[in-house]
Amino acid sequence: MEENSDKFKKSGKAAIATVVILAIVCGLLFAADFIFLSEQFDKHAYFEWENWPGFYAIIGFAACVILALFSRFILRPIVKREEDFYE
Amino acid sequence: MSNFPLLPQFILIFAALLIPLFKGKLRAALALVAPLAAFASLLQLQEGMFWKINMIQFELVLARVDGLSLIFANIFILASFIAILFNLKAKGSVEHFAGLLYAGCAVGMVFAGDIITFFIFWEMLTIGAVLLILSRKSITSMGAAVRYMLVHVVGGLILMAGVMLHIAETGSIAFGEIGVTNLSSLLIFIGFGVNCAWPFLHSWLPDAYPEASIGGTLFLATFTTKGAIYALIRAFPGEPSLIWIGTAMAIFALFYAVIENDLRKVLAYSLINQVGFMVIGVGVGTPLALNGAAAQAYCHIIYKSLLFMAIGAVMYRTGKSKATELGGLFKSMPWTAVLCIVASMASFPLFNGFVSKSMIMSAAAYDHQTIAWLAMVFGTAGVFLLAGIKITYFAFFSKDSGIRTQEAPWNMLVAMGIAALLVIGIGVFPNQTLYQMLPFAMEKAYEPYTLSHIIAQLLLLGFTGLAFSLMLLAGVYPAEIRSINLDFDVIYRKTAGLGYRFFDYSLNEINRVTKSSTIGFIDKLSDFATQACANVAVIVSRPFWAISGKSSDKIEELSNSIRKKLGRGTLPFGFAGSMILAAMIIMVAAAFV
Repeated sequence: MEENSDKFKKSGKAAIATVVILAIVCGLLFAADFIFLSEQFDKHAYFEWENWPGFYAIIGFAACVILALFSRFILRPIVKREEDFYE
Repeated sequence: MSNFPLLPQFILIFAALLIPLFKGKLRAALALVAPLAAFASLLQLQEGMFWKINMIQFELVLARVDGLSLIFANIFILASFIAILFNLKAKGSVEHFAGLLYAGCAVGMVFAGDIITFFIFWEMLTIGAVLLILSRKSITSMGAAVRYMLVHVVGGLILMAGVMLHIAETGSIAFGEIGVTNLSSLLIFIGFGVNCAWPFLHSWLPDAYPEASIGGTLFLATFTTKGAIYALIRAFPGEPSLIWIGTAMAIFALFYAVIENDLRKVLAYSLINQVGFMVIGVGVGTPLALNGAAAQAYCHIIYKSLLFMAIGAVMYRTGKSKATELGGLFKSMPWTAVLCIVASMASFPLFNGFVSKSMIMSAAAYDHQTIAWLAMVFGTAGVFLLAGIKITYFAFFSKDSGIRTQEAPWNMLVAMGIAALLVIGIGVFPNQTLYQMLPFAMEKAYEPYTLSHIIAQLLLLGFTGLAFSLMLLAGVYPAEIRSINLDFDVIYRKTAGLGYRFFDYSLNEINRVTKSSTIGFIDKLSDFATQACANVAVIVSRPFWAISGKSSDKIEELSNSIRKKLGRGTLPFGFAGSMILAAMIIMVAAAFV
């Protein structure tokens, strides 16, 4: 856990810059999603929640957090074994 | 056009049989030309039923050429060309032979116009697959190959039982829409499910794919699961249970992919997730959904092959495929890294995954399949996180592992380059390429590139990337650690040992008891028989010895000597005895005469 974040921090300024650029792009996209609140744009939505601005942003972010946390704290403790388990 | 056109599967299988006769560059050239020739013959085919052959009371049809079989045959041949080019320098003839055979059987299967021909090719897929797993030539791959074979033999038997019942019930060997209605169709359904890696039937896939040789995995990742998707589209379109099965596949495999350390295993799990999308498409069953399933199979084969090739190239150069052992390779293998990034971005607009996956998602939305739709949104984010970001990040970036190696060989780069061109080409020009091949007629053409759809997808994937990097910075993202993760195969891998021991103890114990009782009984009987004669002889003789005045010591000595001689059968045989025996023989002979 710490090891991973260390790896990332050690890769230095480039990594931080990548994250900052990514965050800016995501912010702009998030803002762009609000243009659909205007009546002029048809969002072709089939579910009501698709009309909520930022719906996809939230579900994308939440999906990753759920995947990471569930796998780390629930699945891994149950299924993790030594590499020679089957030998 | 003749009724017996040259079929691509014949070319592939014939070339496979020729492979062992050649060596070196000639063999590589033959392997490379075979899929090209097969593709040329595929382009010559016109729609219709060909190669009708009468067998006993049935008419087998080796080639049913229609939109559905053409799109699958097209991608199978294309993928086998890319895989062979990538694997051009394979040592020995096994990999080229098995790869071409596997491809030929897969193409033969999608062209099969009746259920018997279909079943034969379906079963033959396993031969190529097992050989490709064995071609890794390690102890663990041998185990995986045996398990792969056993699982698929069991699946094949279930399918065979279903097929035979189905033929008996309907009296026909036609292979068309079946639908789950009775026992026979359920057995066929489950038989397809084994190859399709449904939940609980899936564990052969992450077990075997990472164990195959570098080139072999490409073939494995292409034919078996997508062949099953073809079969499901053909036989069970619109079967509602498939929506739930696909939903489960699109979700559960991702959690395993998060904690898996072996990058080829991460790809295997994310492959299950992507096949889940196709299964949902088949379950929804509208023309758009079925076209989406076929299109997704087409595109998925290309970008998943590209991912397997990128990791395969890394393995080829470094001998390693585990996240804990890799990292920082973009310095040594920049082209491979760039090509891997292309594949990992497959879900983005202008890439081929976007134009195929969104067909299935739109079809599910039109059909009001809320849960399946949400699962696919979740699955799209998740698979980008894992097959996209995780693979690329841990292999090529992350902490520098200190490995310095060379760029992948030219043939691997060209193969990956072709795949990358297809990923982008289909993504940019779907109407001119992929959408031309869709097998089912739709009311109106599907348009993936609407402004809202593009922004929605970019938001989804952008925030996935943001979440990954923030979780890495915060130390929340689960670390890559050396371990294995139990999957459903633990049930047969561990119980197989228990079963072995159970049968060892129970059956061998029965053997031992039976053996000792039978042999012991006969032994005792023979002892008894010998002793009894001796005892009778001694008892009869004793009074005569006593009368003739022999001492008791002498009598004991004589008794023992008689017992010994009778026991060994060395009693002297006197003149009177010979006469009696001769007389008996004469009497018996006289009686017969």
